Amino acid sequence: MTRRITGLLALSLILGVILFDLSTAQVNPYRAPPIIALGSGVASVGGFCGALPD
Amino acid sequence: MSSELSTHGSKTSAPYVWRSVLILIATSIVLMIAIFVGARYGLLFAVGLGFGIVLEGLGFGFAGPWRAMILKRNPAGVLAQLLSIGLVATLTLPLLETHGSELSGARGSIGWAMVAGAFIFGVAMQVVLGCGSGTLVNAGSGNPIGLLALPFFAIGSFLGAYHVIWWTDLGSLPVIVLAGWSGLFLTIVMLAIVAAIFYYFANPQYRKIPKNYLIAAAIIAILAVLNLIIAGQPWGVVYGLGLWVAKMAVASGADLSGSVFFSAPINSERLKESILTDYTSLTNIGLMVGAYFVASWRIKGFSQKIPRLPLRAWSATILAGLVMGYAARLAFGCNVGAYFSGISTGSLHGWAWFAAAFCGSYYGVKLRPLLGLEAKS
Repeated sequence: MTRRITGLLALSLILGVILFDLSTAQVNPYRAPPIIALGSGVASVGGFCGALPD
Repeated sequence: MSSELSTHGSKTSAPYVWRSVLILIATSIVLMIAIFVGARYGLLFAVGLGFGIVLEGLGFGFAGPWRAMILKRNPAGVLAQLLSIGLVATLTLPLLETHGSELSGARGSIGWAMVAGAFIFGVAMQVVLGCGSGTLVNAGSGNPIGLLALPFFAIGSFLGAYHVIWWTDLGSLPVIVLAGWSGLFLTIVMLAIVAAIFYYFANPQYRKIPKNYLIAAAIIAILAVLNLIIAGQPWGVVYGLGLWVAKMAVASGADLSGSVFFSAPINSERLKESILTDYTSLTNIGLMVGAYFVASWRIKGFSQKIPRLPLRAWSATILAGLVMGYAARLAFGCNVGAYFSGISTGSLHGWAWFAAAFCGSYYGVKLRPLLGLEAKS
């Protein structure tokens, strides 16, 4: 067995996660934030590894 | 991660056709995300693809260079990392000073759990020979160790996030940030001192940084700055992985309201939204897909056989993946979110992370062969 199998498995894993996600949450491009945060005047609100709840 | 990019031979008989298809697929995914989810998210995915392509294509990484320093006193990769961090800091610290309302740094506080988490992460990342980004890149390029470690890394990240407040309550300093021009000056001086120490202790035959590392350091720096400019936050890995498992847990009926972390407004909101609108998730997916594309691009990128490892090696991989994810949450990130992004955005916890994780790596390097992870097929 070569890495071709495990590479495809990795890709399938990601695809599975995305399909699961799309079955549980809606995406709406009209609610998307400005294309670039810098200069948008909008505060960053994404989750991050170091961010803890206040 | 191999740095060899083969340009001859054939993927069947027409490598250029195959490679054109890969470029077309990558472009299509970026456009589809931009159109159906939002332009910012499409751009972020493209940045993630870039990270994956550079890390896999140019053989750049974090765990491997630390191992090379510990085992061979070869500092080339670590020096390239420090160079990249310095480049990012030079651009981002002034931006954070002038656009603090739109951009945020990777800030964390130094504490008992943070330092212990970084140390343990260092041990575990050397066991699987892949850090946060490395595990994703390794999995994407078909490395079975990376592929097996990844889901457990994600589960560990979820569990660590669930408990993180209990751990941080054990005691920590306030967040200390080296901000503005003075912060930049201090950061560059500290990077130079650390680089000088590594250079001093290096084996003289390894004191030159290879060209591929220099190119990778520069491109990674550009991508990291783009990540901050586009998303408003630095490059991270661990948050996204934990979020995937948290979403699956909620879909399975789990109640996460008992967790201070997941019941916080920002995180409970993220649980309701698609991961395609989560910045670290997008770059994580991009990293894996980018690495897969590079391996596909190479003529024999996937021809390597799966190694025959003893059962204890696979068991150790599962355990190390779980521990990495959990420890990374306590440490406020992995090599990307805490070390790379922490130092480059002026957070002192990035330095504490580096010191603790490097010490842990020393023991991880010693542990790896004992667990049967260096057997060859």
